[in-house]
Amino acid sequence: MDASAIPSLGAKDYKSDIKPVWCPGCGHFTVLSALTKTLAYLGIPKHLCAVVSGIGCSSRLPAYVDSYGFHGVHGRALPLAAGLKAARPDLTVLVAGGDGDGFSIGGNHFLHACRRNMDLTYIVMDNEVYGMTKGQASPTTQSDWARSKLTPHGTGIRRFQPAAIALAAGASFIARGFSGDPAGLSGLLAQAIEHPGFAFVHVLSPCQTFRPEQRAWKQQVHPCRMQPTHDAAHAAELIQRDDGMALGVLYSEQIPVHAPGTGPTAAREALAGIERELLS
Amino acid sequence: MANPAIDPWTRPISVAVTGSGGSGAVTAGLILLAAAARAGLFGLMMRSAGPQIRGGESAAMLRFGPRELGCMGDRFDLLASLDWGNHARFSDEISLDARSLVLADPQAGPLPGSISDSGAAVRMLALRQEAAAVAAGRPNMVAVGALGAAAGLPLDALLSGAMRTLADKGGDVLDAAFACIRRGYGEPAGTAPTLQQQPPPRWNISGNEAAGLGALRAGVRFVAAYPITPASEILEWLAPRLERLGGALLQAEDELASINMIIGASFGGVPSLTATSGPGLSLMLEGIGLAVATETPVVVVDVMRGGPSTGIPTKSEQSDLDAALHGLHGDAPHLVLAALGIGDCTFTVDWATRLAERLQSVAIVLSDQSLGQSRAIIDPVPPVDGIAPRGVVPSGAAHEDDGYRRYAPTDDGISPMALPGTPGCTYTADGLEHDPRGTPSSRSTDHRAQLDKRRDKLHTFTYGDAWAEIDGKGDLCLLTWGSCRGAVMEAAAQLREDGIAARVVALRLIMPLRREALLSALAGSTVMVVEQNHGGQLFRYLHGERALPAHARSLARPGPSVLRPAEIAAAARRLLQETHDGCIGHSEPWGEGL
Repeated sequence: MDASAIPSLGAKDYKSDIKPVWCPGCGHFTVLSALTKTLAYLGIPKHLCAVVSGIGCSSRLPAYVDSYGFHGVHGRALPLAAGLKAARPDLTVLVAGGDGDGFSIGGNHFLHACRRNMDLTYIVMDNEVYGMTKGQASPTTQSDWARSKLTPHGTGIRRFQPAAIALAAGASFIARGFSGDPAGLSGLLAQAIEHPGFAFVHVLSPCQTFRPEQRAWKQQVHPCRMQPTHDAAHAAELIQRDDGMALGVLYSEQIPVHAPGTGPTAAREALAGIERELLS
Repeated sequence: MANPAIDPWTRPISVAVTGSGGSGAVTAGLILLAAAARAGLFGLMMRSAGPQIRGGESAAMLRFGPRELGCMGDRFDLLASLDWGNHARFSDEISLDARSLVLADPQAGPLPGSISDSGAAVRMLALRQEAAAVAAGRPNMVAVGALGAAAGLPLDALLSGAMRTLADKGGDVLDAAFACIRRGYGEPAGTAPTLQQQPPPRWNISGNEAAGLGALRAGVRFVAAYPITPASEILEWLAPRLERLGGALLQAEDELASINMIIGASFGGVPSLTATSGPGLSLMLEGIGLAVATETPVVVVDVMRGGPSTGIPTKSEQSDLDAALHGLHGDAPHLVLAALGIGDCTFTVDWATRLAERLQSVAIVLSDQSLGQSRAIIDPVPPVDGIAPRGVVPSGAAHEDDGYRRYAPTDDGISPMALPGTPGCTYTADGLEHDPRGTPSSRSTDHRAQLDKRRDKLHTFTYGDAWAEIDGKGDLCLLTWGSCRGAVMEAAAQLREDGIAARVVALRLIMPLRREALLSALAGSTVMVVEQNHGGQLFRYLHGERALPAHARSLARPGPSVLRPAEIAAAARRLLQETHDGCIGHSEPWGEGL
């Protein structure tokens, strides 16, 4: 997609009047802007869009988008969104959150949302730290990062690999974006929202407060060297060999979308028929 | 051949079939239950099984009679054992005496001591030999015929019951069953069943099916859940029926997901429910708090089993009341209701769902294994009416953009809810404390206002008479809840036969407590609180609410066996004796030692 084709006009209409709690320079501001731009570009009516989140800095995002939203409990955004989508297939349902919310406390839901392949877009703003609780290691933190009082010698355990795990769990769309590349991110978000099925967008979104060294990400990110692939084995190799900083669509496949609740209305019948079957 | 004392049209009779797993004891029970219905009787069937997934042992315990039956009796009139290998497991549950008749197969080996010691009459019946005379014949079907004859059920009703129960098994199985039933009945030759008269229109329903029906009646069209014993049958019953009604059931990855899925669906405007048991309820509690805070209506049916932890998954207990009432963190007012019988699972889930929808709150409905996995022949339960649906902002109305106040204070505490898709009313539901617009707020005034709102909407609602079932008059009051009502009602009947007038108050709405109404129902009586748990959970809750007279006593006994009428009546007699002797004043739960 040609990112320059995304108009910025109208994006402000998707912003609420609530002031974000984020620190100055936080990557999430750009993700918010990229998202509102994308919604404007796609022309999704505000009242037919819902943004669902769990807990954490990035999970505050729904209140800042002028659409319907649900800011739920820690780690459970994906199931809440799945229920909403099942009940209301007419809505565009977006899920937003961070690396702790999505990969630690919500890790099991991440796996099952990937394999369930409902038509949801999941945006994870990964800053490799728990910001809201003041700087503890998250599943994506380097094992030797020793600046948290909670793990003074580092976590000593291997990092969670979001893209590789999403692929293994059955996600049908996997992309990586960077908050420092808002135009590119908007393009990825648009593709993700338009993708029929579960679309996972892993967004590198630096934490200025607890991970100031992430300012260097600007120099470290690079475009994905390969074209988006539909081949899972190929994608697996790409993702495994990747340095984690490759931006773009890593994998996209058209598979049947799981859509509970959208059964043919012709099959509907009256409850009376069911009650009759109970007669002895 | 039939015992003249056994006449289910005059008084209820109790029948048991036991056998090792796979011997068909439960199928035999289902046929007998269906046959009783075809014969125009009411009935109840409980099943008991060991912990094995397949195999092990199983028992079907039945009772049928001229009126609806809310509990098993104190003793059994008839027992047929398909084999004795595992009978000892059930000897506690199947109480026999000198008036009982046991049908035993001489090929099954010597009688267990518990049978001989009971004094029951024993009639030898060659189940295996009779079955062997029929191609693909099975001893359990011979037992159906023999038990049916001994119970006084017409042969046609038995054959018709077999036809209903084995409908999907194919013609050969049914033909073999017919032949075996005839042999057991003592009328080996004959034609297909011809019911003399149409049986009355009654339900043949389990408590779990009844709960599912209540949900459908109240408009539930989305269910998300994780399988758990003994609640799974609610889900299995609902899955195809929701589909038929245009709804959906989503099997979640765990209970953390299922509660959040139904919150999402309800936020979208579809009445939603989940069903679970104690361990699942514990996992859902954080999500339930979210539904309370965001005022998103959801219903959680807890089919209780022995706890804590994995406990006794296949046996009943009323021990999740504390968790349902007090398990949530923060001040989180919600509804807690209890189904008072198998048919009442329909009414209570229906009512609870309508209340949750109307009040934009959470309803936890407590059922238990003894209701959920038991089956009854009952009169159809009328639907609930008179409760207005969820108040929503009309989607066609014009709204001033950004002016929508989702949590605006109102006289009744209920604020109209805008469903996604309503133009001009966008808002974010938030588990963070919020102001009337839904904007996160940590201001004390907002916190207080929203706490008040969420409490007052539950407390000021007019619930009507359904908060409890109140029966009889008398100075003795047996106060109970949930599945115990059946046994308590029968205990009260036994006491009345002894000239002791007793009233029964069975709570359906436990929270918010209708305290004034309860005090009035208890007025002037000697109160005994009957429940099936170890800690006297209802007793302690009611004391905390100052809803019991100081001298109220507790009869709290844990599972796994259900309370029996004679046990309750005996405790009531002791209480009256102590009251008479003037030694009352000790109000600790008596516990199991009673």
